Amino acid sequence: MHLSGLVQLWLLGSLMLTWPVSGLIRMHPESTGTSAETDHGHHNSSVEEVPIVTFKWPHVKTPYLITLWIFVAFLGKMVIEANHHVTSVIPESALLICFGFILGGMIWGADKKQTFTLTPEVFFLYLLPQVILDAGYTMPNKLFFTNLGAILIYAIIGTCWNAASVGLSLWGCHEGGAMGDIEIGLLQYLLFGSLIAAVDPVAVLAVFEQVHVNEVLFIMVFGESLLNDGVTVVLFNVFDAFVSLGGPKINAAEIVKGIVSFFVVAFGGSLLGMVFGLLISLLTRCTKNIKIIEPGFIFVLGYLSYLTAEMLSLSAILSIVFCGVCCQKYINANMDENSVNTVRYAMKVLANGSETIIFVFLGISAIDKEIWVWNTGFILLTLLFIIIYRIIGVFFLTWILNKFRLVPVSFIDQVIMSYGGLRGAVAYGLAVMLDESKIKEKNLMISTTLIVVYFTVIFQGITMKPLVRWLKVRRANTSELTLIEKVQNKVFDHMLVAIEDISGQIGHNYMRDKWKHFEDKWMTNVLMKPSARKVRDQVFKVFHRLNLKDAVSYVAEGERRGSLEFVRNETAIVDFKKKIGEDFTEVMPDIMADTSSDYDAMTDMRRDPVPSVSLEIHEQGMKGVRETEDVNTHHLLQQHLYKSRKQHRHRYSRSHFHVNEDEKEVQEIFQRTMRNRLESFKSAKMGVAPPKTISKHQKKDQQQQQKMANGKQLDKSKTYNSDFEFSEGDSATGFEASGTSSPWRVTYRAGAGIENPAFMPDMDLTDPLQVPPWLADTELDSSSSMVAPSQRAQVRLPWTPSNLRRLAPLRISTRSTDSFMMADREATQPRNEDDERFPPPPPPPPAPHRDEGHM
Amino acid sequence: MGSSSSSSYMRNIPQAQVLIHETGFSAAHLLRLYERFQFLDKGSTGELRAQDFTAIPSLALNPIGDRIIGSFFPPGQEKLDFPSFVRIMAHFRPTDPNRSRDGTQLEPVNSRNKKLRFAFQLYDQNGDGNISRAELLQVLRAMLGVQVPEEQLQSIAERAIQEADLDKDNVISFDEFRKSLEKVNIDQLMSIRFLK
Repeated sequence: MHLSGLVQLWLLGSLMLTWPVSGLIRMHPESTGTSAETDHGHHNSSVEEVPIVTFKWPHVKTPYLITLWIFVAFLGKMVIEANHHVTSVIPESALLICFGFILGGMIWGADKKQTFTLTPEVFFLYLLPQVILDAGYTMPNKLFFTNLGAILIYAIIGTCWNAASVGLSLWGCHEGGAMGDIEIGLLQYLLFGSLIAAVDPVAVLAVFEQVHVNEVLFIMVFGESLLNDGVTVVLFNVFDAFVSLGGPKINAAEIVKGIVSFFVVAFGGSLLGMVFGLLISLLTRCTKNIKIIEPGFIFVLGYLSYLTAEMLSLSAILSIVFCGVCCQKYINANMDENSVNTVRYAMKVLANGSETIIFVFLGISAIDKEIWVWNTGFILLTLLFIIIYRIIGVFFLTWILNKFRLVPVSFIDQVIMSYGGLRGAVAYGLAVMLDESKIKEKNLMISTTLIVVYFTVIFQGITMKPLVRWLKVRRANTSELTLIEKVQNKVFDHMLVAIEDISGQIGHNYMRDKWKHFEDKWMTNVLMKPSARKVRDQVFKVFHRLNLKDAVSYVAEGERRGSLEFVRNETAIVDFKKKIGEDFTEVMPDIMADTSSDYDAMTDMRRDPVPSVSLEIHEQGMKGVRETEDVNTHHLLQQHLYKSRKQHRHRYSRSHFHVNEDEKEVQEIFQRTMRNRLESFKSAKMGVAPPKTISKHQKKDQQQQQKMANGKQLDKSKTYNSDFEFSEGDSATGFEASGTSSPWRVTYRAGAGIENPAFMPDMDLTDPLQVPPWLADTELDSSSSMVAPSQRAQVRLPWTPSNLRRLAPLRISTRSTDSFMMADREATQPRNEDDERFPPPPPPPPAPHRDEGHM
Repeated sequence: MGSSSSSSYMRNIPQAQVLIHETGFSAAHLLRLYERFQFLDKGSTGELRAQDFTAIPSLALNPIGDRIIGSFFPPGQEKLDFPSFVRIMAHFRPTDPNRSRDGTQLEPVNSRNKKLRFAFQLYDQNGDGNISRAELLQVLRAMLGVQVPEEQLQSIAERAIQEADLDKDNVISFDEFRKSLEKVNIDQLMSIRFLK
């Protein structure tokens, strides 16, 4: 099902990719004319006899060419990406542009003119929406909204400043006679300033994806580039209207109208996008029966939001950004997990594909004699001004912003922000859209824009990495930490979060707290499926429900067992990392890459698992003096330390998406806290000693068993697969946060064997009411509210079989042992024996720790 | 809350002036903290107990939440009044460079040293001034995913002690703790922006 969904989306995707280039070809009637003539001849000759086969080129020509172009662009990307040593120095976007130069040269050589160029229509209507929708949908929301104030200031004020200052300065230089004899007035300069002002998200992302700067810096540059596209298009339209109106007719009223229109267009567009986002969320509530096409809604409605905004002359870019930002949370919760994955993949396919095409065509467009008009003064001054004014703008705005930030944006970050002002295809698209009848020097503007784009993307793109290194910009993560520092940093994170919780300031922001309340109360109720809501409740309001009410009433009532204990035990786990490091490096490179990247903040940005492998080996080689064990220990810490809420922001990357590990950890911590509390509760109430620490012996046993179980593991996973194909409702992947409609039952069965350490088995036996877990299973559908919470707890067990293989091979085995043991249990083994087999879940509660007991 | 009502509100806060002077919180900060204090104080007793803290849902998801709650209560004490609450919270105030307290006074509670002290006592549960291997192990156990087996935990604790332990007595004293975190920007890592 998953696959078919994917294929479906692929088709949809290729369709979307297909339109653009069809537009592209339609734009060039001359070329179609010439080829049509030759085709005509073919047609005639085939009439005279009965054809066995005919050559029907005109029939398929348009789609054929489009597909061929896409194919060529993808091939180009493939070749480029195959050379890691090149892409590590020169960013992919620059290489794609160069690839475009070559292609353009070939076309020029064949046709003596540029047959294919990037037209604004194709770019704005077909290529851009795909990229922007992806950016919105995968936006790290928390990070984005935390820094929204700064982003908006950069995007709105910064862009207006850039546009105005560049336009005015150029005009000043023109008046001063620096450009010779060209016919450009003040308004035209401002128009040009507005189109060249905006930083381009496509270009920025392509470069910043490869230099791993810290996440705040990243979101600032990226968020700004995303939003200021909207702003610049609006500005462009306003000035375009002014230019059409002509200088003399512009009076105060028109200027006021222009400013009002700016805000109406920008905020209207954003609002429209939000409406569409909510619409998608609502729709996905009811797509239970059409799972196959439910991912399609997101694409279709997202695109519709773009087109609608375009139709209403609102900001289409802002519309589709906010559409994606608004709907991501709800649709991820509402839709089937497979659909969510499908959406993510398809989104990446589309975005990455159109990004590739954009860059290639940016390159191709340059090889065209007609557009090149050289004016040294104009071009060099433009380059100079955009750089200078960006620097001034960034530093000035940051200076103001820093007064309000806890962690000020550092000087070096500001340098990188200024330097990261890459221009891209949006500017080019706007320049091509200029009306030649009103602006005489259109071609000069186009060539200048192209030069600016090439300079920023290629030159700044290449120098960005060395600059980041040279300035020692704070990176996404620092590696050379001592163990104690590493642990301590995490302690600090957790501590701050806790203090914020205690002082009642959720994430620095009281408003956000309020918003969250509102959202919980209204939005979630309306926009999420009841089942998804339950899962969500369970994550966020875990403590109250489970600890205070359920657990207490449970115990008091008479020990219904089978609730909270974790079967998953650490004893079942071998030191995977170490083992892999020693034995399996050659055998299972993928797995190694996967595990090493799981918790690594940087790796979602990595394009390929292969380098991470070699990196690690390299690292080990370098530290030859140190014991490998030491390295291992560091790795282990790196990967397994819980991240605090602050760290859970994943990064945006167009070519990869990253399944957030977040939920699993939340689960683990929660289970653990619950256990501790139950234990302290129990010991307080009943005077029963807490369960003893697992003995080594048992552990070894468990490992042994684990290994044996590994043998059966394959069969096990097969069973899952077949289950999964035959009945959707039974999907064994049910318990991911994204939520399925009916995860309860299966999850229970698969992950069962969870027992509450607080409930002693002997008490259980004396209780006549007690329901054994295997019976509870059948009872479940009509289960009483008393049983429910415990199941919810289990439902959130952090494994999904679909993830297992990728994330940590270990877990497969843990999982299969669970079911393995379940099988044993269903053979009605005496309970006591079972309980011995299941050592109390790790880690055993430390004695002094319990002193702070809270019951 | 308007300014007029807030000033009358201020009078309700016990030892307001003393606290402002001592901790460096502004009146607005103090007022907000007081509101929070009252909110947490479910029984309106004027004092907080541990379960008032544990009632904050998100703390349940914090792996070291219990320890942090514990550090609000000095050993043997089960209740926390508002002034003590504020004094603890003041550890997390950002250090302000231009606010130079006259040298004769006590060092401010949000100094680097005090912040470190606070972090240190999270580990040092028995209060003997040293982090022993067992104490470190407990924190590690709380902080690390269940995937890490016990032996690994132990070797990590062992190594961490070795790294920091300068005088080879197998425990980390406060001085050693401070030295080992010398490169870490404590001011930034242990500060939050208190709302006004």
